[in-house]
Amino acid sequence: MSVGLRAERSGRRLGRANLSDRVFRWGTMLFALAVIVVIVLLAYELTRSARPTLLHFGWAFPVRSVWDPVHHQFGAWPFLWGTLFSSLLALLIAVPISLGAAVFLAELAPPWLRNPVSFLVELLAAVPSVVYGLWGIFVLVPALRPVEGWLGQRLGFLPLFQGPPYGLGMLAAGLILAIMILPIITAVSREVLLAVPRTQREAAYALGSTHWEALRGPVFRYARAGIIGAIILGLGRALGETMAVTMVIGNTPTTSLSLFSPAYTMPSVLANEFAEATGNLHISALMEIALLLFGVAVLINAIARLLLWSVGRGAPRGVRE
Amino acid sequence: MWRVSFLCSVASLATLAFVSGCGPGGGAPGPSEPMAVSLTGAGASFPYPLYSKWFSEYHGAEPSVQISYQSIGSGGGIQALKTRIVDFGASDAPLSDEEASNMPGVVVHIPTVVGAVAVVHRLPAAKQAIRLDGPALTAIYLGQIKRWNDPKLAVLNPGVKLPDLPITVAHRSDGSGTTYLFTSYLAAVSPEWAKRVGAAKSVNWPTGVGGKGNEGVAGTVKQSPGAIGYVELAYAQQNKLSTARLRNTAGAFVEPTVPSTTAAATGAVERMKDDVRVSIVNSPAPGAYPIAGFTYLLVYRQQSDQTEGAALAGFLQWAIREGQAFAVPLGYAPLPEGVLAINQKAIQGLTYQGEPLVAEQGP
Repeated sequence: MSVGLRAERSGRRLGRANLSDRVFRWGTMLFALAVIVVIVLLAYELTRSARPTLLHFGWAFPVRSVWDPVHHQFGAWPFLWGTLFSSLLALLIAVPISLGAAVFLAELAPPWLRNPVSFLVELLAAVPSVVYGLWGIFVLVPALRPVEGWLGQRLGFLPLFQGPPYGLGMLAAGLILAIMILPIITAVSREVLLAVPRTQREAAYALGSTHWEALRGPVFRYARAGIIGAIILGLGRALGETMAVTMVIGNTPTTSLSLFSPAYTMPSVLANEFAEATGNLHISALMEIALLLFGVAVLINAIARLLLWSVGRGAPRGVRE
Repeated sequence: MWRVSFLCSVASLATLAFVSGCGPGGGAPGPSEPMAVSLTGAGASFPYPLYSKWFSEYHGAEPSVQISYQSIGSGGGIQALKTRIVDFGASDAPLSDEEASNMPGVVVHIPTVVGAVAVVHRLPAAKQAIRLDGPALTAIYLGQIKRWNDPKLAVLNPGVKLPDLPITVAHRSDGSGTTYLFTSYLAAVSPEWAKRVGAAKSVNWPTGVGGKGNEGVAGTVKQSPGAIGYVELAYAQQNKLSTARLRNTAGAFVEPTVPSTTAAATGAVERMKDDVRVSIVNSPAPGAYPIAGFTYLLVYRQQSDQTEGAALAGFLQWAIREGQAFAVPLGYAPLPEGVLAINQKAIQGLTYQGEPLVAEQGP
């Protein structure tokens, strides 16, 4: 009898659990679907608003390099170029520094240093971008001017270091972006390194590895996917950063290889011209730039997925997604 | 002291009670009774410092009217007025005929004050103000004059030792009424500029670096030896930037000041009787500073709400009279005498269901 009662009770409990489970499942599914709806709506709305330029310039829009609101001539190439160039420059500067900092904080730092420095790194991520921009205008740009002059004199034969040293330009933008993405790459990489099981390291030490060998081999191999993820997160922030870049990049639609040349990015031109855009074609051209920026973000994420997947195949078990 | 402020707050509380007592619940509201009205506007950022001063002063003079304003840019203001999200718009450039015909109703332009654009520069050696004329300024912005010791600049500045420095050209990167005025001037004095670049809030600059906002341009100019740029007159004055004297059509080199800006507007009063949407750049008036322009409030001629319409008309009347006193300290030039009468006539033309919103009044 008591057995029957218990079975009945647990059965009732099961039924109730099923109901709450179902509510929970549908509820969370709704939230997940909402994300998809938002993205689809975004793409739809951007495409709809960009229709005039899509029809007018066709497929040439992303590679046309003229931007002339007065004569209704628009092209996205300088902005695409500026966005990709400045973001890659930022990665080039930030990735080695961030990885070095992450390894130090995760593996080598004494505990009394580890916590305050980690806290400060996370604090850097919380500084609003306009503050970085103002610092860029008032401190970084004037400091860069003589440096650029010096580089231009010594290394002016390289296309990277040609042109007048304004201070404002690609180099300033790349540096500001690098500083802005440093904390996110550092913080995430540090977490990933800390998540590597102790057994991995201990096995390496047992085989007689040095500290460096243990890091380079098992630890990095284990953490590879996570670190790539951290870099992609940083790249995402660099691609979309608006205020700070606008304030230091010089806002000139050019496609120069030089680090000294003023340039322009997609988010910057949106921030600069959208409020006062006049004429349908101008607004539509800005919308198409937004659509392109959206496309670049999707593409970068797809490449990141692919990279993670190919890295995951060679990784030890447990790392794969 | 304490007692006085206490009494004041009691008095203001009483006023509040009085005002709310006259609200919709308190019987049929007549136009003479004060009623809490809130008006919203949006548009140009160039006159925003003056407008926000006006709104707070007017609220002090007429406590029942509360005005809020978003300085989202002229383009945004026109858009918001078009969809009737706001009661009035504000723009540095008047509506073109095409824009005006796209609006759902007849839009009245009320010029409120006159603004000017100052050419600012940083030349370490030169003590006197640099003198420029239209062709020289255009050549600098076209990238044809590249150094300060260019003979074309030396001719304009006898006795000034111009340094052998490259010219760093700075311009606004964000679309703005300031750029509109500046490029309108260059287009007015140079056919080449008019053809190659044109006049607009954003243009395809042949040379130079773009800074965001007045502060972006001023920042570049202040930091780079040999830089030249353009900012609003008020901004140049407040930040004590060196401004260039420009040669006007009458041949005089004029400093950008409030009186020289008003002088540019005064010459245009005759033309404004038919249409207030006049350009006053490169004004032929003697003593006129050549880069100046009116900034406008935009309202529908037919108002859709009697109370709000009356409050709006009342504010406009105040703005073009009493409000003018606040312009000079903030670096804007007050309207010339003749424009006042033109504005008064326009405000009297505002109607609700065919009835004028304000009574006839002597100027």
